[in-house]
Amino acid sequence: MRTRRDFIKICSLSLGATALTGGVINRLVGANVPETSSSTLRPLTGGRRVPTYCEVCFWKCAGWSHVLENGQIQKITGNMNDPQCKGRLCPRGTGGVGMFTDPDRLKTPLIRVTKNGEQTYRQASWNEALDFIAAKMKAIAEKHGPESMALFNHGSSGKYFTHLLNAFGSNNVAAPSFAQCRGPRDTGFELTFGESVSSPEVTDIRDTRCLVLIGSHIGENMHNGQVQEMSEAIDRGAVIITVDPRLSTAASKSKYWLPIKPSTDLALLLAWIHVLIYDGLYNKEYVEKYAEGFNELKEHVKNYTPEWAYGITTLKPELVRLTAREMANAAPSAIIHPGRHTSWYGDDVQRSRAIAILNALLGTWGNRGGIFFKEGIKIPDFPHPAYPKPSWSWQDTLNGRYPLAKEAVTNTIIEASIPGEGKEHIIKGWIVSGTNLIVSIPLKDQLMKAMQSLDLLVVVDTMPMEITGYADVVLPECTYLERYDDLRTTAHREPTIALRMPAVEPLYDTKPAWWISKQIGERLGLGSYYNYKDFREVLDWQLKQAGSSLKEMEQIGLKKFDRKTPVYILPGSDYKFKTESGKIQLYSHELEAAGFDPMPKLTLHPQPEEGFYRLIYGRAPMHTFSRTANNRNLVALMPENSVWINPQVAELWGLKKDQYIWLKNQSGVISNFSVKVRITERIRWDSVYIVHGFGHHHKPLTYAFGRGVNDTELISNVMVDPVMGGTGMRGNFVTFIKDKSKKEVKS
Amino acid sequence: MRYGMAIDTRKCVGCSDCVVACQTENNVPLGFCRDWVVEVVDGTYPNVSIELRSERCNHCANSPCVRCCPTGASHFEDGGIVLVEHSKCIGCGACIEACPYDARYSHPDGYVDKCTFCIHRVREGNNPACVSVCPTSCMYFGDLDDQNSKIVNVLKNRKFKSLAPEAGTKPQIFYLV
Amino acid sequence: MREELFVSGRNIPNIDPYLNIWHWQIPIYLFLGGVAAGILFFSGIFTILGKDHKMRTTVKVAPLLVPFLLVFGLFMLFLDLKHKLYFWQLYTTIRLESPMGWGAWVLMIITPISILWSASYVREIFPGWDWKFDILKTFESWLIKYRLWIAWPMTIYAVILGIYTGILLSAFNARPLWNTSILGPLFLVSGMSTAAALIIMLSKDHKERKIMGRIDILLILIELFFIVHLLMGFLAGSEAQINAASLFLGGKFTAPFFTFVVFLGLIFPAILEIFELKGFKVPVYIPAILVLLGGLIFRFIIVEAGQITRFLY
Ligand SMILES: Nc1nc2c(c(=O)[nH]1)N[C@H]1C(S)=C(S)[C@@H](COP(=O)(O)OP(=O)(O)OC[C@H]3O[C@@H](n4cnc5c(=O)[nH]c(N)nc54)[C@H](O)[C@@H]3O)O[C@H]1N2
Ligand SMILES: Nc1nc2c(c(=O)[nH]1)N[C@H]1C(S)=C(S)[C@@H](COP(=O)(O)OP(=O)(O)OC[C@H]3O[C@@H](n4cnc5c(=O)[nH]c(N)nc54)[C@H](O)[C@@H]3O)O[C@H]1N2
Ligand code: SF4
Ligand code: SF4
Ligand code: SF4
Ligand code: SF4
Ligand code: SF4
Ligand SMILES: [Mo]
Repeated sequence: MRTRRDFIKICSLSLGATALTGGVINRLVGANVPETSSSTLRPLTGGRRVPTYCEVCFWKCAGWSHVLENGQIQKITGNMNDPQCKGRLCPRGTGGVGMFTDPDRLKTPLIRVTKNGEQTYRQASWNEALDFIAAKMKAIAEKHGPESMALFNHGSSGKYFTHLLNAFGSNNVAAPSFAQCRGPRDTGFELTFGESVSSPEVTDIRDTRCLVLIGSHIGENMHNGQVQEMSEAIDRGAVIITVDPRLSTAASKSKYWLPIKPSTDLALLLAWIHVLIYDGLYNKEYVEKYAEGFNELKEHVKNYTPEWAYGITTLKPELVRLTAREMANAAPSAIIHPGRHTSWYGDDVQRSRAIAILNALLGTWGNRGGIFFKEGIKIPDFPHPAYPKPSWSWQDTLNGRYPLAKEAVTNTIIEASIPGEGKEHIIKGWIVSGTNLIVSIPLKDQLMKAMQSLDLLVVVDTMPMEITGYADVVLPECTYLERYDDLRTTAHREPTIALRMPAVEPLYDTKPAWWISKQIGERLGLGSYYNYKDFREVLDWQLKQAGSSLKEMEQIGLKKFDRKTPVYILPGSDYKFKTESGKIQLYSHELEAAGFDPMPKLTLHPQPEEGFYRLIYGRAPMHTFSRTANNRNLVALMPENSVWINPQVAELWGLKKDQYIWLKNQSGVISNFSVKVRITERIRWDSVYIVHGFGHHHKPLTYAFGRGVNDTELISNVMVDPVMGGTGMRGNFVTFIKDKSKKEVKS
Repeated sequence: MRYGMAIDTRKCVGCSDCVVACQTENNVPLGFCRDWVVEVVDGTYPNVSIELRSERCNHCANSPCVRCCPTGASHFEDGGIVLVEHSKCIGCGACIEACPYDARYSHPDGYVDKCTFCIHRVREGNNPACVSVCPTSCMYFGDLDDQNSKIVNVLKNRKFKSLAPEAGTKPQIFYLV
Repeated sequence: MREELFVSGRNIPNIDPYLNIWHWQIPIYLFLGGVAAGILFFSGIFTILGKDHKMRTTVKVAPLLVPFLLVFGLFMLFLDLKHKLYFWQLYTTIRLESPMGWGAWVLMIITPISILWSASYVREIFPGWDWKFDILKTFESWLIKYRLWIAWPMTIYAVILGIYTGILLSAFNARPLWNTSILGPLFLVSGMSTAAALIIMLSKDHKERKIMGRIDILLILIELFFIVHLLMGFLAGSEAQINAASLFLGGKFTAPFFTFVVFLGLIFPAILEIFELKGFKVPVYIPAILVLLGGLIFRFIIVEAGQITRFLY
């Protein structure tokens, strides 16, 4: 059936995409790398060094682009002064140059047209594309109000489009980094401590004596500062305790690995709380001084003994007691790591609450080696008129659901875009920038329905990712190495400002997002919100407010400032937490008032049926989601994901190492592509593991197409967290299909 | 002076940053590499251990690759760094056959290439690219003859091994275990 | 379960998953070198023994092929080079430790000797041949006069060349399958056996064929002994060597090795030759061709299998 928004493969436009021939290596060899001389002693330090900060993930390490005389970016290195990276980028940041050299990049604006009954893209000039968008946005505003425009964003470009929508009159701005990622954690910690642990996380791993990782797979999760600090912790002999059903890299470096049965973490956490309280191991002074609801908590966990948890988690009670003791010995220099991607099983806010409570009992918040107080530089916005007040926003579409969601929930905005009986608020237009919704958001049917119902779908991206195939207009942003961007002003141990500036002129007909936003804004009559010619003016003005200047920053890239506030709670001081009462909420009245359990309770989750295995997923150190899937420098390290299967299971199924199989989930969804089998003792027999971000089905992605499987397509059971709308994605079970004839590959 | 490297397998997370950094620093063509990372998993769930090792040319003190090279293209530089002079190399492959570590590869341009210990950086007083990028700082590069160097220090204080010592090549890269 | 993998995606052409840097050129090079060495050896030794008149094909005819075999072999080596334009660098240094360099120099010496040797017999074999220039004619008579003087170094160099074809491989400690001193003598004997087979094929003289047949049987027996010895040696060796031997004892190369090399290339032709000596009518070229093919396949297998074997760490 023809839809109003057919998925278009951009390759039909001959954007340089080629058919898949030969192995990936054949295509990598002779790739477009800078000319080289044959001398072994070739000096490589020549050329210019231009400041930037990394955009390959959201840690934003500050670094340098090294530009050769011939205009090639030879390499990217870290900025030695940046406390977030200490001069060392992670593999993705080092390989970031592959984003710039990617031959498959979006090269010109594209507009969807219908030719002989077939939908296709045609190349357009920027003027055409921007006029088109502005006209459509005006039409939507006239008919439905400006609130009917929404933005999905992730990364630097989001800020400019948020500004655009706010100026236009809409607050409907969402990112997958909330409901699909850290939302449950932030909500759980805000409910307990009054604030979240931020990004970069304020965990004092560098100085900790005990680090407890609940599923956080630091080392595979390559968030730079944490990886570096965990390594320091290993050197110092800190005790690391890792709870993971899989022998993660971190688990293999831990003194204690707790190979938990997946989905049962809350039972372990409650048992730990029980032991800390009933064995008198908790930090009594701290709890008395800073926490509320201890007695209720004590009563609540009375029966949650390690023996009780044993039957649920399969972890031996002695091990639970021993590890609780280790934490208590180290406390307050201990961290029960809050994790980051926490939308697992739909009871994630409660699990995060339990983690927060453990931290509270150990007195880690505000103590050295625990959780520290961040400080950053506040930089004012470039002056602009006040934003108009929207008559409604995403909260109004919730009808009482997810009462504690502090940020917009992607899925509810998607829902609000599907027309339906009695819907008061409807969204008609999307801008999608820096997020590949097709791969990052589960519940595909809903997403498809929503996209079909829109009057306008604009995608701003650097690459022909899947989402671009649904757009009415595709706008090619230049990569982070080719543009100025907002200042990095993240708050952490030391206040810093970092600058990103172009190493080279943008390749092709690509533009920075600040420019795109300004152009659309001006066409919408919002010119007063963009009262500058060039973004350099904005940066220079902002930097001058902070006591620097663009000129200075273009030389040094990163500037440190002295702290004005203490890093830890000062002895004898009377610290007030940012909760309403100023105290840590062991018992949450806020949750209670919203109709939820004020203290975490165990929910038992379904376990796989015979012949099925729980699908768990995570990160590989050399890739960021799908963002890097086509980056040749990183594809060379890891061209595809594999499905990790325990040897016993492999034997049962007669699976061989490196064999390709298909995965089928509990609802009969079969993976689009086949995936290589990795037989490994690192995974339990009731689960399989794959790295997220592979299995791309968009052919213009020459190096990513058809490599590995996409976990998202197998996540059809989503366990939504009632507290804040997080989409729990680990309640899916898969089985194996060995025979290719039973499932033909479609592209 | 004798350059060497000590790599801490307890800290390495197998991220392969050392590999990309080498590739961009030294312009190693994609599809080839001068260094690589090995993971060895041993045991039965849940009693499993992992060893992660970043490997490259061992700059062997008794290097069969230098010995078997018919033209002298493979040679020792100051500090025992084993190098290939591209303009002397005929691409006969003998050194590739001779290396027990498969540390060399045939460059698409015909000559044989391998890790240089980033001699161009070392001569300027910098660490090799892989060492200076490693996020876990698990690699130590330095002069094995200098008793005050960090590398000698870690080797004094930690247990270590080298790869295939039975091959008799006297590797100059040590793995802290 | 033990699992070992590259986490950095290493997959270098011709090196991963196992080494395959030397392709077909090197085994052909080794084979031709072996045959040439064998021919020159027989030619030299029978001359020294004063049997040159009884062994016409061995001493006079077969060596005419040798310069071509050697030059063709050297061409194979050239084809194997990946940086061909730098070929001349081979002859700018003498590196005795390098078997590759050593071979290049041995060939540099033995090829002219073989040319001189052949030149001294050209007119005997091709009576119509005319050297045209007086100086060449004088040179020829000088060569003929000092044949015995040439025979000595030629025989010695032939042995060196024969052994070299094995040593080129056994010098590589890194490849456990090659890492055995038996490879030199084994390749020498195998080269001689293939040379004997070639001579038997070329010779029309029944007596000469009989002598060479006897020699070949003896060589085959020695070769078989060496092969058994080789495998036994490996089995008593390190884990890497046991792995290497297992390629032939149940592994990937078992069938081709035992079928084409041991049986069709050695045992069966030896039996045929014994039958022939006993007076049965066997077409001479059958065992000869089998031996030659066996020798060629043997080198292909050893080169390929050797590259697969490696130290374990
Ligand atoms: N199944 C499954 N789903 C998940 C997860 C999972 O593990 N499994 N993880 C979840 C988590 S934790 C998160 S944070 C989200 C992340 O979800 P996303 O934010 O969607 O993830 P990315 O892959 O980073 O998407 C990046 C998109 O930005 C584009 N891009 C890259 N650089 C630029 C740029 O400079 N400018 C512009 N305009 N675009 C750019 C890329 O081409 C790509 O299309 O996914 C969530 N979804
Ligand atoms: N290299 C790289 N690093 C990244 C990213 C990337 O894309 N690439 N993305 C960044 C982003 S946005 C995020 S949000 C973070 C995510 O990184 P983390 O927050 O560390 O991710 P986790 O959700 O903990 O997921 C992975 C781990 O959870 C384990 N696991 C699965 N099920 C269970 C369970 O039921 N219980 C327990 N205890 N463990 C379980 C898996 O085995 C795996 O080891 O990574 C960041 N860092
Ligand atoms: S952690 Fe890696 S990918 Fe993320 S910003 Fe830093 S260098 Fe870039
Ligand atoms: S960069 Fe460091 S941590 Fe990463 S694989 Fe290499 S040695 Fe290991
Ligand atoms: S590791 Fe290999 S290439 Fe390097 S010196 Fe030793 S033998 Fe030579
Ligand atoms: S390939 Fe080059 S470096 Fe190696 S042995 Fe031959 S000439 Fe020497
Ligand atoms: S020392 Fe230099 S050449 Fe050698 S592996 Fe490291 S980065 Fe590559
Ligand atoms: Mo995330």
